[in-house]
Amino acid sequence: MFDPIWKLILGLGTGIVFGILLQKGGVAKFRVILGQFLFTDWTVVKVMGTAICVGGVGIYAMLPTEAVELHVKPLIWGGVVAGGLCFGIGMATFGYCPGTGVAACGEGRRDAMMGVLGMLIGAGVYVALYPTIKPWLRQFGDAGSVTLPDLTGTSPWWWLAAIVVAAGFLFIRSHRSGTTKPATTKSGAPKRV
Amino acid sequence: MKNPLARKSWSPFVVGACIGVLSWFAFLTADHPLGITTAFEHSAALLIGLSAPQAVATHAYFQQHDPKIGWEWMLVVGVFIGALISAATAGDRTSLVVPSLWKWRFGESVWRRLAAAFFGGGLMMFGARLANGCTSGHGISGSLQLAASSWLFSVIFFGTSIATAFALFGREGRRHV
Repeated sequence: MFDPIWKLILGLGTGIVFGILLQKGGVAKFRVILGQFLFTDWTVVKVMGTAICVGGVGIYAMLPTEAVELHVKPLIWGGVVAGGLCFGIGMATFGYCPGTGVAACGEGRRDAMMGVLGMLIGAGVYVALYPTIKPWLRQFGDAGSVTLPDLTGTSPWWWLAAIVVAAGFLFIRSHRSGTTKPATTKSGAPKRV
Repeated sequence: MKNPLARKSWSPFVVGACIGVLSWFAFLTADHPLGITTAFEHSAALLIGLSAPQAVATHAYFQQHDPKIGWEWMLVVGVFIGALISAATAGDRTSLVVPSLWKWRFGESVWRRLAAAFFGGGLMMFGARLANGCTSGHGISGSLQLAASSWLFSVIFFGTSIATAFALFGREGRRHV
């Protein structure tokens, strides 16, 4: 039931750093998440895009050394499509994603605390209905743990290059228009939390 | 030099790059991508197992899974503590219940906002478990591995969230974010 203690401490330390980053990134705020979906605040795309660039280049560079292994989640069509639809409706209503919802609790936000309780119940409903849901989802097929380079027979570096160029474009545009701190400057008023 | 933790926000590009480096660290040290929702699934399963031990014996979930308090569970605890430290150091703590955009559209009712958060959070988590991941597990960790499932999930959830946000708050809502 428990991982070894060193692994628990490692997880805790990694989580503390992750929590600090999410809070400083401003993504544990309702107005920043909804601002992204309403296209008035691009913080979420900037954070995620940069993370994917830096993370992806590093992981793929380390792959040949066998220091890391990929952990690609299976493409179970029914699960990914139905899950994405539920997730999208839920996240826009809640105003936080699972990680930033937990971070928002650390920030003290009461609505996030209620949402995290809802998340635990939602997970419980999934576990309880698992025997019915899983076969239903699987009937739409499972393409396995494939990557985009696998599917297209191309080098991962083409994909990573494209993502880096897209993020670079976003970075240059953002710095030209002078919105380097959109988490706070877009609304202008610090009282609006 | 001023303590960087005392600042309310960092550049989103700096934060993103640090999350990227943190994901190298997670792969290297724990052989695990950053993810949040498996811990919720395991917590719920453990609670169900404790409250109904006899159901666990025959239930397919418990025959195929081994819920545990592990690295990812502690990661979630850490996210809470890290955000608490960060917000407290910067004076960014708040006990806000109803965000301003929500108040503009749905009024000041605390219970309406809490109910929406509860059901929104529940539906979001249910979706994350159907798809096997969330904004962290699929959106960041999966996308950076160029996983086909993760890119498809990210496109679907982002599109659905945009449509939902405009349905809830409308174009007019953009001026009240």
